[in-house]
Amino acid sequence: MVRLADLPEFEREHLLAKTRGLTGFEGRPWKKPPPLAQCRIAIVTTAGLHRRGDRPFGPSATATDYRVIPGDTPASELVMSHQSVNFDRSGFQEDHNVVFPLDRLRELAREKVVGSVADYHYAFMGAAPIKQLAPKARELAGLLKQDRVDAVLLTPV
Amino acid sequence: MRENTADMHPPRALWVPFMLGRPFGVPGDAAFQRRVLLAVLQLLEADAGPVLADYPEDAPQPSEEEAAGVACVVSFGRAPREDDLGALLAHEIEELATWHDLAVRRRGRTTTGASGMAIPQAARVVASYLEGKPAPNLDGMSAGETLKVVCDDLRAYYVEAAAAKPGNPDAQAILHWFWHDTAAGRAFLELRKLCIASNDRSLQVFGGNTLVPRAVMHALGLR
Repeated sequence: MVRLADLPEFEREHLLAKTRGLTGFEGRPWKKPPPLAQCRIAIVTTAGLHRRGDRPFGPSATATDYRVIPGDTPASELVMSHQSVNFDRSGFQEDHNVVFPLDRLRELAREKVVGSVADYHYAFMGAAPIKQLAPKARELAGLLKQDRVDAVLLTPV
Repeated sequence: MRENTADMHPPRALWVPFMLGRPFGVPGDAAFQRRVLLAVLQLLEADAGPVLADYPEDAPQPSEEEAAGVACVVSFGRAPREDDLGALLAHEIEELATWHDLAVRRRGRTTTGASGMAIPQAARVVASYLEGKPAPNLDGMSAGETLKVVCDDLRAYYVEAAAAKPGNPDAQAILHWFWHDTAAGRAFLELRKLCIASNDRSLQVFGGNTLVPRAVMHALGLR
């Protein structure tokens, strides 16, 4: 997220239009997870990340699929093929944790601030049409349950 | 943005005041990232929702030196002819190699490689389009998809190399340098024109939407 006032008008308009008049978000789902120190947490990012050698994300209109990032993936294997060129990538290039804070999450797990870190994390490409992501998001929810995940950290760019 | 999040009413969300692309604020600052992460995780302890909280801490602003730019420390000596963009691109990549090598040593990684090509090879793909003799597409990809990953790799190489230079240039300075002061920026702008004029739909989409940032197009009067 970013401060609206920090953006030029054309950028503000472009981003606001993404959710203006969007339907299907009338529900207010709520589930209280276990205490944080018992929570198993996965990261789901829309930063278009994947492992080097994985198939890059395709054009925005069709890129509704996700990539799996195993928890033991070294940072040196992470690349980004997001379709948008309208956000900063230099931060990710310097330190993946600014987008995908896996090292920070592992530290919190070692300190027992959180219960544990999931075995698998996932990446979407956030320029895809929002509502067309729903089927894959549902599929992912099932996989996260199988990994005994209590809470998901969603990281957009 | 906060407004987009409010439209979708997720159960819990933390708004952060950082630039797009940096949701945890500051690369290389584990303490800063940890504070953001703890703030968002603590939303899990709320008893009722939806919760949309505001993170109170800004990322540090770049210093005068960091915002000063990078062009002055790049010297592209004995360059090929000005009208041979493909050769200029190859030459520039060679000139930047020492800085990119340094970036890789410091960071222990590079984020290039989504295309599976070495950087000089990626540059030759761009040059092939500029010369009117397009290189074959990557396996299973359209021409537009091939150029997208190739150009992403080239841009990552340039940005990583520039960031290794003295003065620790910030993101805006590097963006300006890439699009205004490099042969790669010129080559990409030329490629954009060719793609938009192409009959290939995948190239039209690539050139029109996913090659040149909106901010750069506005600055250059392309929109």
